[in-house]
Amino acid sequence: MSDKISIVLTGVGGQGVITAANILGKAAVNAKVNVYVSEVHGMAQRGGSVSCTVRMGNIFGPLVASGTADAIISMEPSEALRYIQYANKETKVVTDINSVIPFTVAVGGEEYPDLDDIFKEINSRSKLYKMDALNIAKESGALITKNIVMLGALAATDVLPFKSEILLKTILDNVPAKYKEINKRAFEGGMKAIKQS
Amino acid sequence: MEIIESKPKETILLLGNEAITRGALEAGVDIATTYPGTPSSEIADTFSAIAKYLKKKGEKPSFYFEYSTNEKVALEVAAAASLSGLRALTCMKHVGLNVASDAFMTYLYVGCRGGHVIVSADDPYCHSSQNEQDNRYFAIFASAPMLEPTTPEEAKEMTRLGFEISEELQSPILLRTVTRLNHARGAVVLKKPVKPRGKGHFEKSPMLVTTPAVARARHPELLKMMERAEKISEKSPFNEIINVGRPDDWGIVTSGVSFNYVREIVDDLNLDVRILKLGMTHPLPRKMCEKFVKSCKNIVIVEELEPILENQFKEMIYDLGTNVKLYGKSTGRFSRLYEYNLDIVTEALSKIFKVKNPISKPVKPKIKIPGRPPSLCPGCPHRATYYAVKKASPKGTVYPTDIGCYTLGKEPPLEMADLLLCMGSNAGTACGLAASTDHTVISFMGDSTFFHSGIPPIINAVHHSHDVVITILDNRTTAMTGHQPHPGNDFDGMGRPARRIKVEDVVKGCGVEHIEITDPNNIEETTEAFKRAIGFKGPSVIVSKAPCILLENRAKRKAGEKIPVYTIDQEKCKKCKICIGKFGCPAFYYAKDDSIHIDEQQCNGCGNCVLVCPFDAISKKKEMK
Repeated sequence: MSDKISIVLTGVGGQGVITAANILGKAAVNAKVNVYVSEVHGMAQRGGSVSCTVRMGNIFGPLVASGTADAIISMEPSEALRYIQYANKETKVVTDINSVIPFTVAVGGEEYPDLDDIFKEINSRSKLYKMDALNIAKESGALITKNIVMLGALAATDVLPFKSEILLKTILDNVPAKYKEINKRAFEGGMKAIKQS
Repeated sequence: MEIIESKPKETILLLGNEAITRGALEAGVDIATTYPGTPSSEIADTFSAIAKYLKKKGEKPSFYFEYSTNEKVALEVAAAASLSGLRALTCMKHVGLNVASDAFMTYLYVGCRGGHVIVSADDPYCHSSQNEQDNRYFAIFASAPMLEPTTPEEAKEMTRLGFEISEELQSPILLRTVTRLNHARGAVVLKKPVKPRGKGHFEKSPMLVTTPAVARARHPELLKMMERAEKISEKSPFNEIINVGRPDDWGIVTSGVSFNYVREIVDDLNLDVRILKLGMTHPLPRKMCEKFVKSCKNIVIVEELEPILENQFKEMIYDLGTNVKLYGKSTGRFSRLYEYNLDIVTEALSKIFKVKNPISKPVKPKIKIPGRPPSLCPGCPHRATYYAVKKASPKGTVYPTDIGCYTLGKEPPLEMADLLLCMGSNAGTACGLAASTDHTVISFMGDSTFFHSGIPPIINAVHHSHDVVITILDNRTTAMTGHQPHPGNDFDGMGRPARRIKVEDVVKGCGVEHIEITDPNNIEETTEAFKRAIGFKGPSVIVSKAPCILLENRAKRKAGEKIPVYTIDQEKCKKCKICIGKFGCPAFYYAKDDSIHIDEQQCNGCGNCVLVCPFDAISKKKEMK
C-alpha cells in the first residue's frame, strides 16, 4: 500500500456527499491517521454536481492529482464518469447504479448516456464495482442512508488504512440514537455488496 | 457541540472556517461581525450556531455576534468595539472587502486598541464569486499586516496569535484565506480559551477623528507601525525555511495553500531544495528573505493569482544587486489565472527542475456527460416571479440582476438575468439603462441584498425619476449562503428576538409612489402587478413575497406536516412542454417514450405547475411525502 491514500467522493447536491467525506475525515482522526478533506459548498447545494476529496497518510494538501485516486465513490453513475480523470487502472470505482437525470437533459436538450456505456468506459479505465445502493438504503430503513451504504462499500475495498469498525463507530457516534440501527444496516449492506461482487 | 465542548489538547476535525472561529474563541474574542458570503460564511455561522446552542441550554455566550447589514457596517461595528478595548473579529468574502474598503483604508490610519482580526476569504477560480480578485493587494494598499494560513490547524493558530499581533501593533490585521482553506477539513489541536474581556470602555482622543490634520499626523504613524510589524514578521514562527533533501542553490518561495502543493511535489519529484514558507506575508521579513535570496542562485515563486511575492522578490534581487535567476509568472511558468492544484504545480516544477512529470495528463471521459449546473430549486418562488414577469414584459425588456439564488434565473428556459456587477448593482444599472436607452427595464434583487446595498440606488431612481421597475424578491432569508437572517427577520444571528424591518416600509420611505406587494405563487396576480408597474411612468417597486421553499418545507416537517407531491395525468397531457420548456422546474423529466413526468423525490410541492399547465393535467397526489 502506498503511503498516500486519495479518495474522491462524488454525487449530486443533496445525496450526502459532504457528510460522507466529513465522517470519513473524522474516522481517520479517530484512527490517528493524518487526514485532509476538501469540500464543495455554496452553489453546489442547489442540485449541482458535488465532489469531495479525502486524503490520508503522507500528504500535505487535500486535492487529488489526475490518475492518482485509490478509490472513487460515487452516489450516481454519470458523476463517477465525470471524475474518471482521477482514476488509473488500479483505482476502485464504486458507484450506485441509480441515475439522477440533470435538468439540462429536459431543458437544454442534452442527453443522459446509456448506463451500460457509462459502466463500460469506467471499467475500461479502472476497476468498477457497481451496486444498487439506493435499494440497500431502502431495505436498511431510510433512503437518505445511501451515503452510508457507499461508505460501507468503501470500507470493503481495503483502500482505507484503518479497520472498518473505526469507520462504523464514527458513523454511529455522529447520528442520533434512533437512527443508529438503520445506519448500521446500511453500512453493513454496503460492505456485503462489495464482498459479494 | 464538539467545537466548544472538546477538551484542550484534544484533536478534532475542523473545517478551515470553523478553525478560524475556534482560534478566535481561544483568543477570548468579545465580538464577531460579518455579512455572509461564500467561502467565508461558516466562520460566522459557527458563532451563530454556538450562540443559539448555548441559548437553548440557558447559558450566555462569551461573545456578541451579529450578521450586520453589510460588510462595511460589520467592520465599523467591530472597529468601534476594538477601539473600546475589546477583541473583535470581522469576516467576509473577498468582494465584501470592496464594500468595507472605505472604512478599512482609514481604519488603518486610526488603528485599534483591542486586537482586531479581519478575515478576507478569497475565491481563486471564482467557485462562487463574480471575480477572483487577490486581496493581498488590500494589505499592501492599506498598509495592513497580513497572515496567510496553509492548513486548518494553522488557520486556528494564526487567528489566535493574530489578536496578539494586532494588539502589539495597535493595528487591525488581515487574515487572508482562500476557498481551498476555508472549505478544507483537517485535524486541529485545541488550546484552552482565554476569558473574554466582556465590557469595553471608549477613551476619547482627538486622534480618533480623522480630519485632514489628524490624517496627516496618522499617516507617518502608519508607516512606523509597518516598520514594527516587519520586526514581528522577522521573528514570526509562521515564516520558516524548510530544507528538503540536500539543497544546494535552488530555492522555492511560497505561501498559503500553495505550500501544500509545493511540499508534496518536492517529495514526489525527489528535489533537493530549500523552501521559504511565508505565513506572515505583509510586511515580508525582509532580512530573512534577503538571506534566503543570497543562499540561492535560482528561486521559484509559487503563489496563486497575482505575482505579489514575485514582484517583491524581484525588487529585493535588484536592490541586493545579486545574480539570482527567478522563475514565476513573468517567466511564463505559472499562471495568474484560477486556482492551483497538484497537476498544475507539478507540471511547472518538473519543467523548471528538468525532471519527468510523474502525473499523467488528465483524460476526459469519451462519452459526453450532461452538465449538472446548480439551478433554482423545485418550488423556488423566484421561478414563479420570473415566469410572471416574462409573461408581463414587452419584447426587448432588459433584466439587470443581483447576487443571490435568483442569479440562477440566468439559465434557460427562464433567461432572466442580463447584467450583474456586484451586490446592489441591479437598481443602479437599471437607472443607467433607463437614462440611456428605450428598453423597458425590470431589475431584481433579494431582500438581503436590498438591506445590504439596494436602498441607495432606489433613492437615486426616485430622485431622478428613472422609469424602471425594481423587483425585490423577498424570501425572508439570505438563502444562497446558507439561510442566514437579515433585518427583514424577527430574530437575529444569536437567536434572539429582533425588530423586523419591512422592505415595503423602507421603499415607501424612499419616496417610491408605485409600490405593489405580490405573492409570486399566485402567478396570474403577479403578472398583472408587473403589467401595472411597467405601465407606470417613473420608478416602481414590486415586492414579490414568498418564503424560501427549503425553509418552508423544513418548518413543515418540524411541525409534523407532510409535503404535497404533484403528478401528471398522462391522458390529459398534450405535451405542450410549457412546464419544462417555459417554466423549467427541474423536478420535471421526459421518460424514454417522451412522456413528461414529475420526479417525486425532487418535487417540493409548491403546486405552481398546476397554474402553468393549460390543460389541467397536473394535480396533487393523494399521498404526501
